[in-house]
Amino acid sequence: MLTFILKRMCLMFIVILGVTMMTFLIMHFTPGDPAEMIAMARYGVDDLTQEDIEWIRVQEGLDAPLHIQYIKWLNHAIHGDLGCSLINGQPVLSEILVRFPATIKLAAVSMLVALIIAIPVGIISATRQYSLTDNVSMMGAMLGVSMPNFWLGLLLILLFSVHLGWFPVCGYGGFEYIILPALTLGTGMAAITTRLTRSSMLEVLRQDYIRTARAKGLSEKVVISKHALKNALIPIVTVIGMQFGRVLEGAVIIETIFAWPGIGKLLVDSIYARDFAMIQGGVLFVAVIFVIVNLVVDISYTYLDPRIRYEGVK
Amino acid sequence: MTLLGIRNLKVYFYSEDGMVRAVNDVDLDIGEGETLGIIGETGCGKTILGLSILRLLSENTKVEGRILYKGEDLLKLSEDEMRKIRGKEIAMIFQNPLSSMNPVLTVGTQVAEPVELHQHLDNQNAKEKVIEMLKSVRIPLPSKRVNEYPHEFSGGMRQRAMIAMGLICMPSLIIADEPTTGLDVTTQAQIVELMKEVLKDSGTSMLLITHDLGVAAELCDHMAVMYPGEIVEYADVRNIFKNPKHPYTRGFLDSLPGRGLKPIPGISPSLINIPEGCKFHPRCSYATGRCKKERPQMKKVGEKHFVRCFLYD
Repeated sequence: MLTFILKRMCLMFIVILGVTMMTFLIMHFTPGDPAEMIAMARYGVDDLTQEDIEWIRVQEGLDAPLHIQYIKWLNHAIHGDLGCSLINGQPVLSEILVRFPATIKLAAVSMLVALIIAIPVGIISATRQYSLTDNVSMMGAMLGVSMPNFWLGLLLILLFSVHLGWFPVCGYGGFEYIILPALTLGTGMAAITTRLTRSSMLEVLRQDYIRTARAKGLSEKVVISKHALKNALIPIVTVIGMQFGRVLEGAVIIETIFAWPGIGKLLVDSIYARDFAMIQGGVLFVAVIFVIVNLVVDISYTYLDPRIRYEGVK
Repeated sequence: MTLLGIRNLKVYFYSEDGMVRAVNDVDLDIGEGETLGIIGETGCGKTILGLSILRLLSENTKVEGRILYKGEDLLKLSEDEMRKIRGKEIAMIFQNPLSSMNPVLTVGTQVAEPVELHQHLDNQNAKEKVIEMLKSVRIPLPSKRVNEYPHEFSGGMRQRAMIAMGLICMPSLIIADEPTTGLDVTTQAQIVELMKEVLKDSGTSMLLITHDLGVAAELCDHMAVMYPGEIVEYADVRNIFKNPKHPYTRGFLDSLPGRGLKPIPGISPSLINIPEGCKFHPRCSYATGRCKKERPQMKKVGEKHFVRCFLYD
């Protein structure tokens, strides 16, 4: 298991390197002179001079060739220094660490919402294939998949905050603040996971070992919960890992809509301001989290499926 | 004493291509301690016959007739009552033990389930019972192997574990569906030996479903030859081999490597398009005009020897 984890760490490093390179390139090819944007953000548009812009360009190292800029940044990053915000001079890392708990909280609650809906509904759908319950939940899932979540978010705000006044419109605070954004993020994921749970369960229920379990006289409840579910969970767990990436991605929009002070909102604000250091740091951080979650998923397979054993360890 | 009596059993279901008549008017009796073999080619409905006894077929399958177990009609029992029969009174051993065992549960857990369920043993007692059972089916190091998963077992060991799973509650009847198919020849021989022994020791009756005449000859007291959905000949083992009456049984025997390896001309009909009259007539060299129109009835041709053929009218 240790060799497996070490190997995966090497691969993770390559993935993350690729991500930072891509972000760096994309950032520098976006239209607009970064030095000018930063100068505007710092000194305002009115009394901006060409000298100020040039001064910032030299100051922030934006005059060096791209690859030199990248290597410089990388060298610092490897030593744990993500630099300082180009706009307000705050260290990037501390800014991210302040925002990070909010995003994790939102992501975790959204996933929880998704799983609480998806797994029971998927199982019921599979055990009553083509029944009314099945058709209704599959229609619901279709709706959930096709709805863009920023739109759903706005609808939820309209209904529950503006008309009914049950929850605050936006902001960060107690439990009541997280419900709407988590619901928005969670439903899309629940929809996909429900469909997957259903099809995975249907596949498992056709297997010979389910018939063996029934032949022992086990009740349908035990057959489903003990014999079928664990087998059906294997593909579901894979997708949950990848869905986590979608949650982080969705958080960028949802956090903006709900003014949720997480990394997503931080990234959006930084992109508007062309705060390269902050964008680069934020994307790196999100990529690391995503890769770690997927490593955890891979390790959890060994607990779900005893046939999977990673090299060298039984 | 008759343990299981099957009367006029019909099993059919609808598929996209039409109605599948898997079992047609089957009558069979299995006595206490007796082993009855159902012999037939792949696709003749013998597995469906076995599954219909435990009512393990899917809900859209229609089962008609009577299946009398100790005088009680299993087809009339509620699902809850049926669950008390499965695994406890009648157990089933499936073919292909790899796919028939749950890959994510340990062998010990799976073998223990019937006793935990039907005899309400706690974990510790069930585990002891499982180890004892694994020992009796000759699985080496049983106390270590209970904690292993099916994929860590060899094919033969898995089938032994399946047998242990079937026998653990001491059922009165075992339905064994191709228990040796997919095993190599030496392992087959060991499994047959083992089954012979455990059946003798426990006095359990068995319905053996197989296309392997060698296995059937070793294990069975009586044999029923099945040809698309119906029994065409029933006799004790000696008569089936020494004195086969039905042209299909003769053809089946002649196709054995030891008896000339002669194939039966034509192919066995699908369960959707079963011929009128005698179902074997398109492939039968003795067929007459009557065979095409009229369905022959079971005719007694000797002591406990019945055949469905107009040749013996």
